[in-house]
Amino acid sequence: MTILDPATTASVGTTRPPRDTSSRQNRWQDVCGLDALTVERGAAALVDGRAVALFRLDDDEVLAVDDVDPFWGVPVLSRGLVGCIGGRDTVASPLLKQRFDLRTGDCLDDPAVTVAVWPVQVQQGRVAVAPPPSLAGP
Amino acid sequence: MRQLVVAGHGMVGHRLVEELVEAGGLEGPDGWEVTVVGEESRPAYDRVALSSAFAGAGEDQLTLVSDGFFDTPGLRLLVNEAVAAVDPEARTATTTSGRVLAYDHLVLATGSRPFVPPLPGKDLPGVFTYRTLDDVEAITAWCAGRRTGVVLGGGLLGLEAANALRLLGLEVHVIEMAPRLMPVQLDDGGAAALRTRIEALGVHVHVGASSQAILAGPDGTVSGLLLADGTELAADVVVVSAGIRPRDDVARGCGIDLHERGGILVDEACRTSDPAISAIGECAVAAGRVWGLVAPGYKMAAAVADRLTGGDATFEGADLSTKLKLLGIDVASVGESHGPGAILDDPGSATYKKIRVDEEGRLVGAVLVGDASSFGDLVQLHRSGVVVEDVLSLLAGTAAPAATGPSALVCSCNSVTTGDLVSAIEADGICDLATLKACTKAGTGCGGCVPTLKGVLERQLAAQGVAVRRGLCEHFPDRSRQDLYDICRIGRVRTFADLLASHGQGKRGCEICKPTVASILASLGGGYVLDGEQAALQDTNDFALANLQRNGTYSVVPRMPGGEVTPRQLMACAEVAEDYDLYVKVTGGQRLDLFGAKLDDLPAIWARLGQAGLESGHAYGKALRTVKSCVGINWCRYGVQDSTEMAKLLELRYRGLRSPHKVKMAVSGCARECAEAQSKDVGVIATEAGWNLYVGGNGGFRPRHADLLAEGLSDAELVRSVDRFLQYYVRTGERLERTAAWIERIDDGIDHVRRVVVDDSLGLGAELEAQMAAHVEGYECEWAATLRQPERLARFQTYVNEGAPT
Ligand SMILES: Cc1cc2nc3c(=O)[nH]c(=O)nc-3n(C[C@H](O)[C@H](O)[C@H](O)COP(=O)(O)OP(=O)(O)OC[C@H]3O[C@@H](n4cnc5c(N)ncnc54)[C@H](O)[C@@H]3O)c2cc1C
Ligand code: SF4
Repeated sequence: MTILDPATTASVGTTRPPRDTSSRQNRWQDVCGLDALTVERGAAALVDGRAVALFRLDDDEVLAVDDVDPFWGVPVLSRGLVGCIGGRDTVASPLLKQRFDLRTGDCLDDPAVTVAVWPVQVQQGRVAVAPPPSLAGP
Repeated sequence: MRQLVVAGHGMVGHRLVEELVEAGGLEGPDGWEVTVVGEESRPAYDRVALSSAFAGAGEDQLTLVSDGFFDTPGLRLLVNEAVAAVDPEARTATTTSGRVLAYDHLVLATGSRPFVPPLPGKDLPGVFTYRTLDDVEAITAWCAGRRTGVVLGGGLLGLEAANALRLLGLEVHVIEMAPRLMPVQLDDGGAAALRTRIEALGVHVHVGASSQAILAGPDGTVSGLLLADGTELAADVVVVSAGIRPRDDVARGCGIDLHERGGILVDEACRTSDPAISAIGECAVAAGRVWGLVAPGYKMAAAVADRLTGGDATFEGADLSTKLKLLGIDVASVGESHGPGAILDDPGSATYKKIRVDEEGRLVGAVLVGDASSFGDLVQLHRSGVVVEDVLSLLAGTAAPAATGPSALVCSCNSVTTGDLVSAIEADGICDLATLKACTKAGTGCGGCVPTLKGVLERQLAAQGVAVRRGLCEHFPDRSRQDLYDICRIGRVRTFADLLASHGQGKRGCEICKPTVASILASLGGGYVLDGEQAALQDTNDFALANLQRNGTYSVVPRMPGGEVTPRQLMACAEVAEDYDLYVKVTGGQRLDLFGAKLDDLPAIWARLGQAGLESGHAYGKALRTVKSCVGINWCRYGVQDSTEMAKLLELRYRGLRSPHKVKMAVSGCARECAEAQSKDVGVIATEAGWNLYVGGNGGFRPRHADLLAEGLSDAELVRSVDRFLQYYVRTGERLERTAAWIERIDDGIDHVRRVVVDDSLGLGAELEAQMAAHVEGYECEWAATLRQPERLARFQTYVNEGAPT
């Protein structure tokens, strides 16, 4: 496994050139087959040098957020447990168990912290993701 | 403002100040300005719990002074300074540093000092008394590397000291002049049962023995003790615990009345012959005697605080009923314990019980040794004066529990009744144990009443309609782990989805209930822990069969039963460590931990370890970790049994057993306890008479000494007891509740566990054993099982899209 240097990870958002939002649908990147994902668990994928955590829920919906745990700067969120807290689909970091909303990226245990959410498409049994809008710049 | 000077900042002196503050005694123009003078180097601490300092409890844990207490305006504490003289005419107290303190009222709370008989050699280096934290520090430092100790005095404090020396690794002799141990509290029968139990722990007891001299060695330090009959005992340390004497020196100097045998005479208001001076605690002779326990001292403090704020409270004596745990043995006396009574004396189990009733059938006194579970009931009976209908069933422990009306005393250290608790719960809306303890002080003395306290709280909350939330999480809001275990076991539920649908609410579950249920299903024989739905339930560590570290890598821990490892296995560890660049550390559990493994490399690493015959150490699971052991009889001069073999047997038997939390064990080859078994969930100590089994010990951030569960066991009895104990814990423990917390939580604690495990009171024995047999039968190394089926390896991939088209 590659350990991403937290400093590098943190700088990705700022060094990337601003993107034209209108072309975003072209930036879908195929990642893996749906059947490569275990139901109700996460898995990590490397997209453009950035680790993404993919979660396949029990109804085969797939959600994705940055894999890096913002509290530790280490890409491990994909290895956390999936849950449903107060109606929100969540993952709990395997390090210190802070929970993140998989749809909004908000941390349930610390309002100041969020993770980036990646749009996901599942078509014909293939899973594709696009870089989060937050990376697309203003 | 009026000036109050308190001489002595011990347990009772501090309580006085607290009571005074609480009663508003500092307020108003007529309020008190308080100066407390304490001779010790630190503020007041819990002397009753002093022995826990040997087990590492520090000043922080023992202190009685809450944070910022002495910042209260009007309070001043001087430590390391004693009151040297008092001038009753001028109403001043002069301290050892020359300070002159004027007072309107003076309270003497100077406690007592250990009595040291005038034996030759009593001042030699290596001779100690046992009363203060400084004493504990000095004894601990001296004992390092030393081998034998003698305790002079077989009373309560002497036996505590003996236990401390034993825990410090010394072979211990206790010398008591009276013909029996604890002559004040116990009768002959009780003392005999206590002696049997203490000797089984490896402590040598000499009763009816008087000492002649403490002997010096060539280096001028203690070398032994000479008894009057000419016997010489070798000793590297002597602790003198031959009774206490009231500290009445200051009082003596200023001419107030003393008792002829020492102690400051006071009236029912705790006033001395000078009405401007009171005396409380162990320095006082109140209601005709010195009270050597903390509870009566607290009552005196309350009375004086009341008087100082205009009240007219009195101290008229106190109940001397006591329940103690000495060397892990329950000892209790109620009322007047000396004299004839109905006796249950079972030398086999070394339990003794005597119950004394008067002609009308009212309880006069009782002695309990070995099992004090009926103490609370007996104190109630004694206090209420209710006529005992059937002494024999009371003796046999089959009588109905005593009445529990509002006047029933729950905490005898702090005189808190059921009524007090109920009104605190109602008035202050208290709904947890910690707050209840803080508000009422109940359970903060010897702690013996905590289970009762908890019961009162739960009953009261239930009566108020407050649901006692034992629920696990929002998906199982009213089911505890134990409930879920029972549902799965009895209802044969075998999947999380079924359980959530039938007994839970909401969808998906969460990081709390999923692993909990995964553990329950595994304990009930769920098979390979990562098949099917179980894969989604396991915590990261169980999912990767390795321990996640802070940088996202894993650590790998192969099992090494008994700490034994072959050269070939050691080489396999060395080779994988070198090839995969792993950091290697020898753990406290006597095995190797290899850190820094990448998720992708785990299968290859384990394939190589497996070839060398190593298997999963389950360091990643809430399961048995290791069974630590010493070398025992094979190598050690002191060993009496083969501790290493027993450790291997236990580790191989219980490996892989999923439980509410991790389980650690240890086996020591003799009472010197080199394997530190008493700090483990399950600790085994060899004696000449068989294995002694301890349970519920803990290290970590809240250390706890294990309780003795059974003693003198054969190999087969030991295994059977541990089988039952572990399965009962797996059944009834809460999520992430170590055995220590579990025993403290359940009603009647270790006594209950003993009844279930040893006496089979619930009739569960055979079932628990069968469950364990099934576990042993079904065990397979999880890594071997994983490597056997290639499709199980897919998850050991950092990225799902590696090699995928992008
Ligand atoms: C090891 C041990 C275990 C015990 N276990 C139990 C138990 O299980 N149950 C129970 O009820 N009781 C127990 N006790 C007894 C209990 O600790 C005492 O009853 C209680 O501490 C008495 O409180 P006190 O304030 O009167 O005296 P202390 O707590 O001794 O305090 C007196 C303080 O005054 C100081 N002092 C003395 N003279 C002066 C002076 N001239 N100027 C200033 N300061 C002075 C002393 O240094 C001391 O700090 C135990 C005692 C010991 C030592
Ligand atoms: S037998 Fe074990 S516990 Fe006893 S002294 Fe030897 S090494 Fe220590």
